[in-house]
Amino acid sequence: MEARDAIAASGLAAGTPRPRLEAARPRYGERVIKALLALCAVLSIVTTVAIVVSLVGPTVEFFREVGIFDFLFGTNWSPTISPESYGVLPLVIGTLSVTLWGLIVAVPVGLGAAIYLSEYARPRVRKLLKPTLEVLAGVPTVAFGFFAFSFVTPVIQDIWPGFLGDEPNVFNAGAAGLAIGLLIVPIIASISEDAMSAVPAGLREGAYALGASKMRVALRVVFPAALSGVVASIVLGVSRAVGETLVVLMAAGNTPNLDLTFSESVQAITAYIGVVATGDISTQSLEYNTIFAVGLLLFVVTLGMNLLSIRLVRRYREVYE
Amino acid sequence: MPGSQRVRLATAGARAETVGALGQQPAGERSRSYAFHALLLLMLSVAVLGLAILLIDAFVEGLPRFGIDLFTEGTSALPEESGFLNAILGTLFLIGGVIVMTVPLGVGAAIYLEEYADRERWWNRAIEVNIQNLAAVPSIVYGILGLGVIVRGPLDLGFVVLAGSITLALLVLPTVIIAAREAIRAVPPSIREGSLALGATQWQTVRRQVLPASIPGITTGVILAISRAIGETAPLLLVGAAVFVSFNPSGFFDGYTVLPVQIFTYFSRAQDEYIVLAAAGIIVMLALLIAMNSFAIWLRNRYEQKW
Repeated sequence: MEARDAIAASGLAAGTPRPRLEAARPRYGERVIKALLALCAVLSIVTTVAIVVSLVGPTVEFFREVGIFDFLFGTNWSPTISPESYGVLPLVIGTLSVTLWGLIVAVPVGLGAAIYLSEYARPRVRKLLKPTLEVLAGVPTVAFGFFAFSFVTPVIQDIWPGFLGDEPNVFNAGAAGLAIGLLIVPIIASISEDAMSAVPAGLREGAYALGASKMRVALRVVFPAALSGVVASIVLGVSRAVGETLVVLMAAGNTPNLDLTFSESVQAITAYIGVVATGDISTQSLEYNTIFAVGLLLFVVTLGMNLLSIRLVRRYREVYE
Repeated sequence: MPGSQRVRLATAGARAETVGALGQQPAGERSRSYAFHALLLLMLSVAVLGLAILLIDAFVEGLPRFGIDLFTEGTSALPEESGFLNAILGTLFLIGGVIVMTVPLGVGAAIYLEEYADRERWWNRAIEVNIQNLAAVPSIVYGILGLGVIVRGPLDLGFVVLAGSITLALLVLPTVIIAAREAIRAVPPSIREGSLALGATQWQTVRRQVLPASIPGITTGVILAISRAIGETAPLLLVGAAVFVSFNPSGFFDGYTVLPVQIFTYFSRAQDEYIVLAAAGIIVMLALLIAMNSFAIWLRNRYEQKW
């Protein structure tokens, strides 16, 4: 800075005019372009506001007729069959059942794949495996739903051991959950792998120089250092499983169920929305408004998880990048 | 000697020193390490095998029904005479609308966030977090938005192609923005600095330097996002694609159905003939999507630029 000041000072003293770096005339076109581009970005805020507004309006109408407490803690969901009852707990538990079985598959498989890709795989193997995971992430959910119904359910019915009780239903939470597990493997694997790759090589080299085996380096050094990213990937995976519609609609059935179950049919929150939406309903009915009330619940729950996950990813980025 | 090799040598030397001073690891540690390696391979093969079985299962179930008439026949009263023609045309119309809306808006937003936005300002950070969050909102919630605001409510378009296009455009916009931002960020700052130093304005720099350099990356991101939109089913159930349609759409204000929704509709009729038909539809859709994804990945590898 001192050098620069000195040059500036000597320039002033000598009386030489400094070149002007500002544009010769105001550039209105540039400002218009910037404003237009900013407008594109602001559209995302408008979308969020539209989502919230479209959900809240009919939900408020819904709660004029049904108490909030009855909705959130009621244990009977039968919006069409009289006597009508609007307790959302069976739907929530249906979603939980499916998500639970999904996580039992997706967490070990996704993390195993992430550790392998980040710590063990040679560059050529990685170049082959990462696109495979991307293809898996690109398969439409309707194909996963079909897979759950036509392959997973028959297989678990075949190998079902008698001591676990009755054979699984044609529609069951387990098959849907396992298929959703496969569906969220790429999410967990890719975000965790990013986090593990971001751990500085120096940490690995230090541990290795101290005589640690590759397993120890992976489990005791890299894994803890990448923990916030790993947790973020799982939270995002849960959010994805909770919001998944087609698989539960096709393979888990449509029976509201209060038990956490593997072999019975359940109705998940998203499946309810899908079923009601594909039927004929009039706009002014209470049943139409249930879509929005249940949708708002889904939106709030996944929003919380998404924000948590974004915050966790930012944390490891701040530490290592 | 390159730096990384030097580090590796130093690490190996230090390790040898440690082992020399403290002795080899116990045998149990080594066998546990092998077991762990095997476990990781097992987990990875579960993922790859799961994908393979999913594809094979759809193929085996759908093959008896696979044929040219899937592409030439529309929905009809009998399963033997039904195909996917009107659904494929519906998908083409719908996705055409999505591309027209998302590409300019998505790239525009990405340019603003990467080239113009001051990250110290809270509103720009809010936009950023908001986009990340929108990318993770369950797709069926966009369907509810479409039903409440686009099909009925303020826009009141009814169950037409345009309503479906707008709904899906809003759904994939965050994905397009995030992909386009990554492509733009990969252009090194020196390119911009050089352009600005020569007297170009900011827009001239973006238009003539940054955009041309990032087009391959943006294209890849757009193709991946569009292929996601083609397979998207849940939101379209709410904005009209599940209504029984036996005619071909001829404009953006016609009723419509699309490929994945038609698959779901056939599937839910719960007769064996229809379930086989649904599997045949899945083959058509997967072939299309895998071709698109492979093209996108090839494009990325072909034009990936190292600066």
